[in-house]
This record gives sequence, C-alpha cells and structure tokens, in this order.
Amino acid sequence: MIERIYTITSHSGIHARPATTLVSVVTPFTSKVSIEYKDKQINLKSIMGVMSLGIPEGATVKVIAEGADEDQVIKSIDKVMEKEGLGV
Amino acid sequence: MSIKTMDITKIITGIAASEGIAIAKAFRLENPELIIEKKSVTDVVQEVARLEAALEKSKSELETIKEHARKELGDDKAEIFEAHLLVLSDPELINLIKDKITGEKVNVEYALDEVAAIFINMFESMDNEYMKERAADIRDVTKRVLAHLLGINVSNPSMISEEVVIIAEDLTPSDTAQLNRKFVKGFTTDIGGRTSHSAIMARSMEIPAVVGTKKVMEEIENGLLVIVDGLDGQVIVNPSEETVKAYKKKATEYAAQKAEWAKLVNEKTVSADEHHVELAANIGTPEDVKGVLENGGEGVGLYRTEFLYMGREELPTEEEQFTSYKTVLERMEGKPVVVRTLDIGGDKELTYLNLPKEMNPFLGFRAIRLCLAMQDMFRTQLRALLRASIYGNLKIMFPMIATVDEFRQAKSILLEEKTKLQEEGVDIAENIEVGMMVEIPSSAVNADLFAKEVDFFSIGTNDLIQYSLAADRMNERVSYLYQPYNPAILRLVKMVIDAAHKEGKWAGMCGEMAGDEIAIPILLGLGLDEFSMSATSILKARSQIRHLSKEDIEQYIEAILSMSTTEEVVSFVRKQF
Repeated sequence: MIERIYTITSHSGIHARPATTLVSVVTPFTSKVSIEYKDKQINLKSIMGVMSLGIPEGATVKVIAEGADEDQVIKSIDKVMEKEGLGV
Repeated sequence: MSIKTMDITKIITGIAASEGIAIAKAFRLENPELIIEKKSVTDVVQEVARLEAALEKSKSELETIKEHARKELGDDKAEIFEAHLLVLSDPELINLIKDKITGEKVNVEYALDEVAAIFINMFESMDNEYMKERAADIRDVTKRVLAHLLGINVSNPSMISEEVVIIAEDLTPSDTAQLNRKFVKGFTTDIGGRTSHSAIMARSMEIPAVVGTKKVMEEIENGLLVIVDGLDGQVIVNPSEETVKAYKKKATEYAAQKAEWAKLVNEKTVSADEHHVELAANIGTPEDVKGVLENGGEGVGLYRTEFLYMGREELPTEEEQFTSYKTVLERMEGKPVVVRTLDIGGDKELTYLNLPKEMNPFLGFRAIRLCLAMQDMFRTQLRALLRASIYGNLKIMFPMIATVDEFRQAKSILLEEKTKLQEEGVDIAENIEVGMMVEIPSSAVNADLFAKEVDFFSIGTNDLIQYSLAADRMNERVSYLYQPYNPAILRLVKMVIDAAHKEGKWAGMCGEMAGDEIAIPILLGLGLDEFSMSATSILKARSQIRHLSKEDIEQYIEAILSMSTTEEVVSFVRKQF
C-alpha cells in the first residue's frame, strides 16, 4: 500500500475537468485507489464520488493505492497533478 | 404520412419570434415520459446483463457525440460528454445498481432509477451551484440508459450532430439551453408567442424561430426539408428547389443587412435631427453582457434578477447575488445598469417559497407585493445590490408598483439597508438612482404623482398591455387583444413620459415594444429617453432611428393618438416614416 499527500493548488479545486482527468488516469489500473478528504474516503475511480467531495483550492488530500501496480498509479497521479497544475 | 403527400410543399404560418432564415432537415423533439415500474425478477443474472448491454449502447452513443463535438466545437465543449461517459463507468454507481438488483430481486429499470435518485438528491442538496448542475448531468445520462432499457427513442437536443431545424410542441428553458448553435439552425413550435421564453432565448442565441404555429408537430415528419423564415413568420415544408434558391437569396440579403448594421456598433444612437436616445439591452444573467456589448448596447435597461432565484432549491445567498451584480456592473464598464428587484409570481414560480396556488396569479401576490411581505428575502437582495454599487453605474428599480405608498415603503427599506451597511463601514456608490417599473395602469395614470418621488420610470409594456386590455398574454384565444399600438397604450405611454420630463426625470421602456419597428418612430416622437430591448435588436433599431427625424414625427403625434384602431396606427406609421 502506498499513501501520498497532495496539496491542491488549482484555482477551482478539483472540479469537472480535473476530476475527469484524475478518474480517467487511475481507472485502467488494477489497484484499489482511493482519495481521502476531510475524513471521507472515496473510490478514486468513481467520478461522482470524487466530485461529491467538492475539493477546493488549498485542500490537503491523501491518495491511497493498493495492489500490484500501486507504484505506477502514484507515478501517474504525480504526473497528472504536475501537468495539469492541480497540486503538489 | 403517405409518399404522395411527402412531396407536396406546405406553408405553415406562425409568429416570427427571432429573425433570420434557416434551411435544414426537420428534427422532431419529442419527450416521451419514461414510466418506471417496480417488478420482481427471478433471473437476476439476466437483469444485470440487460444493464450491461444498455450501458454499452449508451456509451457508444456518447462516444460518437463526444467525437463529433470535439471535431466541431473543440475539446472544451466535448468535455462534458467525457464526464458523462465516466458516470456510465462509475464503479460506485454500477455496483449499487447491481447490488439492488441481486439483493432485492427487482428489475433493472427500477434499480437504476432508485440509485440515480440518491445521487441526484445528493448533488442537488449541495451548497454549491456547480455541484447542483451535476445533478442534471446524472439525470441526462440515466435517462439515456433508461430509454435503451425501455426500448424508447428519446430525442435529446444535445444528441443532435447534424444541421437541423427543431420541430417541437414547445421548448422548455432547459431544452433551449442545450441547443447547440452549431447544429440547430432554427426552430419552430406549436405554442408560444413573441414574449414566451423560447422566443426570447432564440433571439439571444440568434437562432431563427417561428413559434405559435399550432400544427408543426402534426405536419412535419423527421427528416423533411424545412425552411424557417423568422423574418416573416413562415415555415415552408418540402420546398421546391426554386423556393430553396429564393430563400438562400433572402438569407444572403439579410446577412448583408446585418453586416451593414454591424458598422453601427460603436456609434451613438442619434436621430436624423441630432436627438440622442439611449439603446439598452434586457439581460437575465452576467453571461448576457457579452451579447450586449457585441451589439453596441449603451447600457442595460433591464437586468431580470429572477434567474438567480430560479432552477434551485433555496434562496440565493447575499454573496452569490453580490458576485452576479458585481460581474454585470464591471463588465458593463461604467455604462448604466438598471437592475429590477425580484419579480417573482405570476408565470414565474419559486417552488421553495411554498406559496399557495392562486386563481389569478397575474393579479396576485407577486413582485414588490411579495417582497414587501417577505422582507428578509428583499433586504438580502438590496444589500447585495448596494455592496455591488461601487463597481459600476447601478440604478435600482422596483417592479409592479401600483401605489405611491408601495414605492415609498420599498425605497425606505432600501435606505435602511444602506444606512446599516454604511455603519458597518461598507463602501456604497453616491448617486444610485432609484426608479420603478410602470406596468400597472394605475401607476401610468398617476405618473405625475410618482414623478415627484422617483429618479426614473421604465415602462414595462408586456404587462402594461395585458393589464390595460385585460387580456392574459399566455391565452391564445385573447391574443388579438395584445395590442401595443392601441391608442389606450400610446396615451398611457405619453402620460408617463410627459410626467417624467415635467419633473426633470427620464423615462425608459423595457418591454418588447421598445424594439418594435412600428413603435420606435412613435416612441421617439413621444420623447422616450431610453429604449431597452433584446440585445440583437439594438443595431437594427439604431439604424432605423438614424433615418428618423424626431421633430418631424412630433407634428404627427396628436394625429396618431387620435386614431381609434391599431390598424390605422400601423398603416400610418408604415406610410409616413
């Protein structure tokens, strides 16, 4: 299991486009991936779950990946966070 | 319909609601109700398989739409379909539905509908506009899947991916919002008039439209070639090649005329004898400001604030309102913006206020009457307006004022909130003009009394006409009484303008009449100071006014006001000016 903390720097938080991107990126992997914000843990492969969190700019979130390809999951998220200017 | 009749050209007449010519294939917009029954099933494996199949079908449809949207409209517009696709793959959603099917041994339609409702409620109850809109997405997507399950063909305006003319009984606000300007070349409906919602939307989207035809749904099959002539209010079904050619020419000429008008964008509105009037626009949301500026609007003559309150579950907060008002004022860059305070009731309901149904909503508890009774709501709006006032040139007006006392009450509440805010140290603009709508005959008759107390009048002709002639403008059987040029209306308008000028105040008009080519010469002659209309009518009106002489028209005003019928007025104006 890998856990990683991100601080969201995107102006509009994790709304439609970023949520769509994040979910699309992790969906192909076999690992279980979840995102935790304000004590709520949600399946990161669920677009509605992610959007329902309503993550704003400045929020701290934890991503948890567990499974055979967990390393690649986190690497892909790192990449997308940086590329889309979502968070660090 | 037999093959024979398909070849015959038919002309259907309706009301010209939005100018322009559209020539394309017919696309019937039908909205069959999806009836979901709860059934027990024994073969849950088969139910799950049905779900998977319907999901796959819906996904491949969405993929097609997405690709099309991406090519035609760019990545931005295609994104929404990407989100829709992800909803259909959402493991949380799908698993809940599957659990429900297997756990409760129910049919897939019922399970899907129930689970979707949970998510829809969740998003709708969120304290965030953006999230609330997501509920509509889920509704859209699940409707598509349900339709597949039920074997029903749902025509969905957002699914249109070729050039069409929409044929519908009526278009709801959400239908119109989904229309894609790229593909929807025009529309025509059975019901509605020039002032109905779909007509107003068509003008702001610049889509040619003919409404109130009573029979396009009956007469026009999917795929037939249709011409919508939004200039003359005609719909031609199955036109011959020659007719198509003629209309293409008409469309080109209209485009050329529009290009001519476009040159007037940065010009002032001045009559042939150098008299200046202000041409302003009616808007509903901050997004509309773009159209106002593109069409050379000299201001906003009517900002309908009800849209902030509609399509939601609770009142908008002071902060939300402040943001909208501020945005409009800033985008208008110092040009005047007349904001009308909440005008709800009548045909515009807010379900969350839980107001009892009325026999005569247009004569009932609405607009300022409601605001004076529900003062918390009113005060919140006024505070938001006052706070926004420093970002531009704000003017505030109250709707549906019938008595001087109502105006005094509304104004004193405004002043109370102003004092409170100033005590809290909030900056407020110095000279906010406070005026009123004149749409009730009593206030037009008493305009001289009101003129001493207000800073300006704005004549709301849509209501003034229906109240003066006692004819419901939604009732087609009495629509012949909706007569803007009836001498009674012209005389009332004159009383209002004269009363304002006598006290050194200004008078505007924000009904449909202000942008009407027959009314414009008369209104100019009567001395109207501000004309507020659909943004897309501004340039045409400016071009018309440049060719009119106010002094010249003034000589005929007395004669016009002495005519006894609408027909006389119309034919005189057509001939004389």
